[in-house]
Amino acid sequence: MSKIGLIIKKEYTTRVVKKSFILMTFLTPLLFVGIIILPTWIANLQDSTKKHVIVVDRTNMYHEVLKSNDIYTFDFVNGSVEQIRETNTNNKDFTALLVISDDLSRNPKAATLYSEKQLNVELKSYISSLLSKQVEEQKLAAYNIPDLKEMIQDSKADLEISTIKWGTDGEEKEASAEMALIIGMVAAMLIYMFIIMYGTQVMNGVMQEKANRIVEVIVSSVRPFELMMGKIIGIALVGLTQFLMWVVLTFILLTIGSLFMNGSLDMSAINDLSAMQGISISEVENMTTDFYKMISSFNWLQIGILFVIYFLGGYLLYASLFAAIGSSVDNETDANQFTLPITLPIILSIFVALYSVRSPESSFAFWFSIIPFTSPVVMMVRLPFDVPTWEIILSIAVLILSFMGTTWVAGKIYRTGILMYGKKVTWKEMWKWIKY
Amino acid sequence: MLLEVENVVKQYSGHLALDGVSLSVPNETIYGLLGPNGAGKTTLIRIINCITAPDSGEVRLNGKRIRPEDVRLIGYLPEERGLYKKMKVGEQALYLARLKGMSKQDALKALKYWFEKFEIQAWWNKKVEELSKGMAQKVQFITTILHNPELLIFDEPFSGFDPVNTALLKNEILELRDKGATIIFSTHNMSSVEELCENISLVNRSKIMLQGNVADIRASHTTHTFNIRSTSAIDTNLFEVIEQKEDKKGTFESKIKKNPELKNNDLLKELMKQTEIIAFEEILPSMNDIFIETVRATGASVDEIEANSTSED
Repeated sequence: MSKIGLIIKKEYTTRVVKKSFILMTFLTPLLFVGIIILPTWIANLQDSTKKHVIVVDRTNMYHEVLKSNDIYTFDFVNGSVEQIRETNTNNKDFTALLVISDDLSRNPKAATLYSEKQLNVELKSYISSLLSKQVEEQKLAAYNIPDLKEMIQDSKADLEISTIKWGTDGEEKEASAEMALIIGMVAAMLIYMFIIMYGTQVMNGVMQEKANRIVEVIVSSVRPFELMMGKIIGIALVGLTQFLMWVVLTFILLTIGSLFMNGSLDMSAINDLSAMQGISISEVENMTTDFYKMISSFNWLQIGILFVIYFLGGYLLYASLFAAIGSSVDNETDANQFTLPITLPIILSIFVALYSVRSPESSFAFWFSIIPFTSPVVMMVRLPFDVPTWEIILSIAVLILSFMGTTWVAGKIYRTGILMYGKKVTWKEMWKWIKY
Repeated sequence: MLLEVENVVKQYSGHLALDGVSLSVPNETIYGLLGPNGAGKTTLIRIINCITAPDSGEVRLNGKRIRPEDVRLIGYLPEERGLYKKMKVGEQALYLARLKGMSKQDALKALKYWFEKFEIQAWWNKKVEELSKGMAQKVQFITTILHNPELLIFDEPFSGFDPVNTALLKNEILELRDKGATIIFSTHNMSSVEELCENISLVNRSKIMLQGNVADIRASHTTHTFNIRSTSAIDTNLFEVIEQKEDKKGTFESKIKKNPELKNNDLLKELMKQTEIIAFEEILPSMNDIFIETVRATGASVDEIEANSTSED
């Protein structure tokens, strides 16, 4: 194995066996999936225990509305609240007592629920939705306009604007601006995170080698440039490994999660739920198929490949600079004054990205996706909005040339810096090292 | 000659680190590289190791201009040395050996030999941070000599060792020389120079101030001082008695300084007239005295010589 290969292997293996790496690699997908699945899961959680509600309806108007079904049993009785309370104190079947003391269309506060235990929200909202529907109909009927109900139903506007993108080959694709936004931002954030996280790792690694005083031993075996590149490449592979693991693990977890959810979903529960929210089953189905159509409208292969290219390009651009800083300072406190000018453009790129996502075609977005210090992040948010190929090529070419440039400059600083101890380094000094 | 350095010049921004330095290291000898901090020793060593390139001049190994690939023939123990703290001892030694170009099998075999010889097999799976400084130095020493280099460069090798381990290391160094290695030994410890080195170069202010065989140098720095043991007191106008004392047995021990023109035999003839001579011995200056004298003569203050600054570029 060549020397640089040995260094890459060492940098890679010592990092991927670290506890922090393993934890982060396995926990992050759980977090991702949690964020996606948890809300749906919670929404689907239903209390299927039977509920027995005793109703005292002093108006006698709501017998028809409160009908018993599988879950809810309504018993209409007469009597005072105290009486009912006494007789049902130790009755395990008893859930709540509903007292309707007046016509709800005139007095909306006339219904009261009594119970011994804290009632769950579901029971309350179920009863409330039934009663309000009744009140609504009652009120409509009071207008005495024939066919009013049909008229209202008819006037409900439920518009759905579909966005269709003309592909270069003339085919029409259903596109979703929201989806493009999400994909772009997630990719941009990931690149931003990887550059900062792994760039800092490169810097700390170099700084440790210098502080440990092992560097002189190693540069008597390999050239300083090989040591620097070995470290940068080794850590890049760690980053790619982590990213790949995240994609694979998220996919696996999502698949398991959705299988589990589908299995546990009760069709009647969906019926109830959609009935309550006024959405028909066909609409639910439409929503899911729309989602898949939207997902498949993006060129995932292109986005994936370009993500890796921009990740590597951006990382290499910054990592060599981080390595140069790590080599020039003796401790972390000294490093801070030099890291700021480097992290600044990365942070700036996130702000530009937030703007570009709203107007991906603007010249502002264009220029920042060409400038190499911001292009990896900014281009990622523009990509899902179909950027012209020549812009992508130009941006990548500039990025590649730039990282070759920064690596060359960093190599010069690094070579001198790693063997320099006990000296506060200034920008002027570094400039001398580059020229030297 | 295993190593020849010819007229090497190295200029750093605003400061001349080496100014026409030449030296030759004969095969299978121990060569002392002396000089105060900041004299340019480390720069010279780095040039020999191909870590930095000279501005002019050349370094030849076995008669051929040295190339970066040749560093596998060199083992270098820098003054500023260390190991990866979080890495295991064995793993790390193997890594460093492989960076020197050894195959995995050869490296493991050599490591087994040396770990057994130093009786440190138990450390193989320990992390370096668990070792004491002296223990880590031993591991570092092994990684330096593991690939069986022709040329070994030790920069202050004994720092961090207790007297027992210093003696052990000295024996190892002598044994390596006897087995055919050539050693460059950079140090401030002059007694070990007298003990180990055949030849030396003394560098100060970027130049070689003194060079040659240790015995010759000491002889040429003679102060014409002698130690004489005799049965009675001595005194004459041919020499100056610096110190004279009588011990319990009644013998006299005198330290005298003679005129350089006076031959030793004439001195003895004069003494024989006065007393019975038991012992007669020339006191040669120690390397330490020569070091301080030479450095002082070239303009550095003693403070500068003894200052233990680490900034040496």
